[in-house]
Order: sequence, then structure tokens, then C-alpha cells
Amino acid sequence: MIQTINFLKPNRDNIKNYSIIGTFLVFVSLIDVISNAFLKINLTSFLPGALTTLFPLIIGLIGLNMMRIDYSGNKKLDLLNKNINTNNFNALLTLLILFSIIKALPQSLSWMIFDATISGDSKDACTGTGACWTYIKVWFRRFMYGMYPNEFHWRINTAFILVIALGFVGYFMKENLKKYLALYYVIIYPVIAYLVIYYLISGGSFGLQWVETGAWGGLSLTFIVSFFCLIFCFPLGMIFALGRRSNLPAIKYISICYIEFWRGVPLITVLFMSSVMFPMFLPEDFFMDKLVRVIIAITLFEAAYCAEVIRGGLQSLPRGQYDAAKSLGMGYWKMHIFIILPQALKLVIPGIANTFLALVKDTPLIFVVGLAELAGMLALAKTNPKWLGFAMEGYIFASIIFWIICYAMSKYSYNLEAKYKTER
Amino acid sequence: MNNIIKRYIPQILVILFVVLIFGFLTLNAQTNMDNRGIDFGFGFLSQESSFDVQFSLIEYSGSDSYARAFLVGLLNTLLVSFISIIICTILGVIIGVARLSSNYLIKNSAAWYVEFFRNIPLLLQIFFWYYAALRALPMPEKADAWFGVTYMTVKGYYIPSMVWENLNVFLYCGLAAIIAIIVLRNYANKLRDTQGKQIPVLLYSVGLLIVLPLLSFLFGGVSLEFEIPELKKLSKISYIYEGGISLPPELIALVLALSLYTSTFVAECVRAGIEGVSKGQKEAAASVGLTPNQVLKLVIMPQALRIIIPPTTNQYLNLTKNSSLAAAIAYPDLVLVFAGTALMQTGKAIEIVSITMLTYLTISLTIAAIMNWYNKKIEIKEK
Repeated sequence: MIQTINFLKPNRDNIKNYSIIGTFLVFVSLIDVISNAFLKINLTSFLPGALTTLFPLIIGLIGLNMMRIDYSGNKKLDLLNKNINTNNFNALLTLLILFSIIKALPQSLSWMIFDATISGDSKDACTGTGACWTYIKVWFRRFMYGMYPNEFHWRINTAFILVIALGFVGYFMKENLKKYLALYYVIIYPVIAYLVIYYLISGGSFGLQWVETGAWGGLSLTFIVSFFCLIFCFPLGMIFALGRRSNLPAIKYISICYIEFWRGVPLITVLFMSSVMFPMFLPEDFFMDKLVRVIIAITLFEAAYCAEVIRGGLQSLPRGQYDAAKSLGMGYWKMHIFIILPQALKLVIPGIANTFLALVKDTPLIFVVGLAELAGMLALAKTNPKWLGFAMEGYIFASIIFWIICYAMSKYSYNLEAKYKTER
Repeated sequence: MNNIIKRYIPQILVILFVVLIFGFLTLNAQTNMDNRGIDFGFGFLSQESSFDVQFSLIEYSGSDSYARAFLVGLLNTLLVSFISIIICTILGVIIGVARLSSNYLIKNSAAWYVEFFRNIPLLLQIFFWYYAALRALPMPEKADAWFGVTYMTVKGYYIPSMVWENLNVFLYCGLAAIIAIIVLRNYANKLRDTQGKQIPVLLYSVGLLIVLPLLSFLFGGVSLEFEIPELKKLSKISYIYEGGISLPPELIALVLALSLYTSTFVAECVRAGIEGVSKGQKEAAASVGLTPNQVLKLVIMPQALRIIIPPTTNQYLNLTKNSSLAAAIAYPDLVLVFAGTALMQTGKAIEIVSITMLTYLTISLTIAAIMNWYNKKIEIKEK
């Protein structure tokens, strides 16, 4: 119906006048909304009731309608028409989006920045109507490191820097050592990383004080959990992917059962299992740390997803690769290690990155079994009697942090996908 | 001989390994349970549960059995999944289509919507809605009416409930209308195939759907009244709404977070599906003289749906599994009621966790089986 408004149609001769009047009308409508939102002045208060609120929309629509023409020769006008003003419906949506952005901007800006407080170090500093970033400032170390003692935070930082640095070793390896790269990443690196984190963060030897895992927390715990789960679930996933593609029925069906079982249950029940059911299955006087149990549970869970991603890579290889390897007289293991896996794994890197992204987004769930990573610390801080009533600030802060991490990762995996797509 | 060894030795070894692990675990469980004096069994399901559940779809009180508590939890899980699936589908289709719009602003707002909600962990979104956004709502006595009859308050969303008389007559009429529509459609297809005539099926179907239930009001003795929630004073400072249905804030927070989060994935599926239909199809359909509406209905949508439906079903499955996060904000779903409260009371860790996991597994595998069957059905049949 809205398409039928066809009055005031310009043609190529009078487009100049029409576009000037149209631009003027659109500007009037925008100025009306802006003055309404930022200065709280209602320019059209002389109009009756509903017409006041609809006024900018109507004026803007008429303006855009007057500017619309198939081809005018004016580059800017054509660009505008092509992108935001193809028909009346589009024009309406354009105006609605513009207006809602203008309406939402001053409120959120003043809450987040102009009326917000960041000075001081107690709740009393927050008297304004805006956000209380003081809360974040005071609790920042807790959100990052959990209940880990303040004077030992350098240990976590050093451990992370060491682990990341060791991760980049592969890039700078000498050419003749490159063939051991896979060995390094699959076996040596996890062991070294475990030792670094155990001796630095846990402590207990070399004159470092022992800090029990119950005190670990905050964002650093998120990183520790996702890091270990990633490096352990990858080889495990590879085994099950190969198992599922095997032509030995027993191995194939065991793999299928494993994969389908873990993919069919929610992570939260797996975590429940790790915390209440798993201890029952361990030998009597055998104690396993809660964090270790959680990491094992998430690893087993993610390995199933990893296996499916790797299976996708294995399936996408042309049959010729298998046949060629076999005709050279290679056995199963030789064929897979030297021919199939190197090609398949390169294909699945983007998929693995996506799995890892899902893993990072899942780690806050360990809060359910009582490990206080970022979401858990927020829940703790929220109920602290000295800091009641700042849930909003806390969750916005955590959301921003997670958003930055996940967005960067998803963009990175997207780039990887684009890169490997062209090479094939 | 060599071949047989190569084939059977690994299999036997793997089976042996699996059996050994299971045997080891069972043995440990046995000794542990003996030591603690716990016995294994599902007899507790018929015992009295003696705990209350805040929100349940069926009659439930503390004197009912654990099995009924399980059912309450399962129904609550299904309820929240069902509502979220509907909302996320509507949102997802709108956003997915908007991402393909020619309008620069719409396209980019849709893209940012997807990037925004997809990259924040679901648990944080649930917490945000529950602890931050919904807590900022007004108290019952200060709430403004939405649409005149519903009240959004910090204690929940109050909506009018429907009081039916002779509901079964109404339902039969609805059923009759649906059957009539199916018959009509088959007849129209037959007519089109044999004589080439077209009947406006959609118009007739809508007409049937409206007219038949309306008739039941006029002649079937069906009547419908709305019970509107009313403010009631409990004490000096505490007010509450009575009558109507109250949706607890836990449910609202969960539905909001689940549907916003999953709608981004649905939107991506829809976009991929529509982009996946090649442009040539559209042009070919237009060049044989189909109208734009027919092109969409007969050429684009059937092909796009084939791409869209499998991954979307997968997202629905994920949503159902993610609804277990309800436990974090104390919405009485399966995990909270059964794997939480019931487990705490009985201490039957192994039985309860396995029942919970098996329930989710059954839901997943059933939907996966249906999806596989559907995929086979809509597969392009090449000659």
C-alpha cells in the first residue's frame, strides 16, 4: 500500500529543485528528532497529540520521496537513492533506524560516560544518576584473578606470558626442526604448559607459596580452562574422527556412540556429572581436584565436537589421495600421518577455531559447579553488602570483555576460512 | 591369516580397553557405595518428594513423587524451549532477510545485531536480563498497563487468562478446519495437475480457519471470558496481582536471552539458505513468465528451505540443550528440579544424573532422527 504514494515525483528536469526541497525536509525532520532527544525541546508542540510524534516521520518520508529518481547524474544523490532510498518502505525503515539511534544515543551516552563516576574507592563515591565504574575499578583485580592473593598476581601474568611465548616458538623454529612441529604442539607443548602453570600458579616449590585451585578465578581461570581443554580435546577428537571413519565395525560404532552421546547432552549436565557423579567412580582414597575434574569433563565434551569437525575435513579430501597413498604401498598409519592428516587438518583449522570460540563462550558455565570465573566473581561481588545494586555495571563490563575476545576470534577464524578457501 | 589378524586384533583390543574402563569404574562405584551405605536403584522415584516447585504446568505439591517432580521439570524445560524457538524463528527470519536487504542501514544494523548477540556468552546474557534488566522494572503498584490489560512488574509479567466453556467443541471445530484445509489442498493440487485450474487455496484456508471456530461460538455453546489481573493489597507495602496468568521473571529472562542468542544463528542459516539459491534459478523462473510472487513461492523458497531447515533444526536442538542454563537463575527446569533439588535430597547421584542426561539424549536423538528422515525426503532425487 505504501508503494502507491506516487505524488510529487521528480523527473530529470526538475530534480535539482526537488532534491533541494527534499533534503531540506529530511533535515527538518532530523533536527526535530535531535532537538527532542538531546535538548529535550519539542519544536512541534503546537501540533495536536499524535501528530507531534509522527511529524518527523511524515516530513522525512515526503522529503525522501521527493528525492527519489532512477538516475539523476548527481553522484551523491544516486548513491543515496541506491543505498537507503530505493522505495517508500525502505525509506521508512531508514528513517526509523536513524530516529531510534538518535533517540537511544543521549540516554546511553550519559549513563555510560557523562553522568558516570569512576573516582573514589567506595560506594559513597557513586552519587550521580549514571553508571558507577568505581565498582569495576575497585573489583578489577578480583574480576581478573579471582581470590588469588594480590601479591602473587605477577605469577599468573608471568605464566601466561611464558605459555603464549612458547606457543609462538613454532613460528621461529629452524627449518630443519620444522618436521617435529606437530610433535611439539601435540605432546611437548601441553606438557610444558602444564608444568609452567602448575609450578608458577599453583606454586608449592621453588620458594613459591602454595595457592589452592579454589582461590583461582576471574578471567584468568577462563583462559586456563579453555586453553587446557583446547590442547587436550584436539588429539582426542582426532582419534575419534579417525575411529568413526574406520572400516572396523567395533571401533567405528564405539566412536559413533561416544560422539553422539556427548553431542546429545548439555554441558551443564556434564559439569554436574563431573562434580557429583565422577567422584563415585574413582578409587576410594584417590582425590582429584575439582578444577581438574571440570577440565576433564569439558575436554571429553568438546572432543566430540572437535571429532565431527575433523571428520568433515577427512571427508572432503578426494578419494584419489587415499588411493594414491595405498598404491605406493603405505599402511594405515603411514598414509594418515604423512598424506591424509596434514591436508585434512589444514582444512579444518577454521572449524576448530569456531569450536574453540564455542568453548570460550561455554566456560562461564563452570560457575554452576562453584568455580568462580568472571561470571562467578560477578555473582559474588553483586551480593557483597558493601556493593549492592551494581549488577548492571558488572554484567556490561563482563559482556564487553567477552564480546571483544569472541569478536576478535570470530573475525580471525573468518579470515582463516577465506585464506584456506582460496588455496584449494 | 595376516588379514584376519590385522582386522580383528585392533577391534578386540579396543573392546577390551572399553570393557576394562567400564569394569574399573563400576567396581569403584560399587566399593564406594558400599562404604557409604548407598544402594543403587530407581525405587526412590515413587517416594514422596517433599519439596515445592515455584512454577509448574501441572498440579504439583510436596506430597507428590519424585517421578512427578521429574515430569514438572521436563515440562518446564519444554515450555521455555518451545516459546524461545517460536520467538527466535520469527526474529531470525526477519534479521536474516534484513541482512540481504539493499538498504545500507538495514543491512548493517542486522549484521551488528548478529555480531553483538552472538559473541556474548549465553550465561552472561541470562544474568544480564535477570539480575540487571528485569530488576529495574517497577513494583506491582507502580506498574503501567501494557495494551491495557497486561502488567510488566519486577515480580513477573501478568497477562489475562482465558476462561473457556465447552473448550472441547472449539478444539474439534479447529481440528475439522485443519482437516478440511488438507482435503482442499489435495483437491486443488489434483485439479491443477489434471485440468490446469488454480484455486485460491490460501484465501479459502484462512476463511475456513476463521469461520468454523466462529460457528462453534454461535451454535456450539462455546464461550470465552478473559480474567484480567487485578492489583491486590497484601500488607501495607506489599502488593500483588491476582487472577490471570503470571509469568515469572526467570522465565522471561530465559526466553529473552535464549531467543535473542539463538536468533543470530537462525538468521545466519536463513541468509545462507537464500544466498545458496543461484541467481539463474530466479531469472529462469521469471523468463518462463512466473510472477514475482510465484517465483518466490514455487522456485526460491522450496530450494532455500532445503538448505535452511537442517542447520536450523540443529540450532533448535542447541537451544533446547542451552535451556538447561535455567538452573543458574533458579528457573525450575529439569536440571534444577531433578539434578539439583532431588539429587540433594536423595543423594542418588548416579541414577539422577544418568536419568537427566538420558532425557536430553533422547530428545536430541529423536529430533536428529526426524531430521534425517526429513532430509532424505526432501533430497533432490536425481535420475
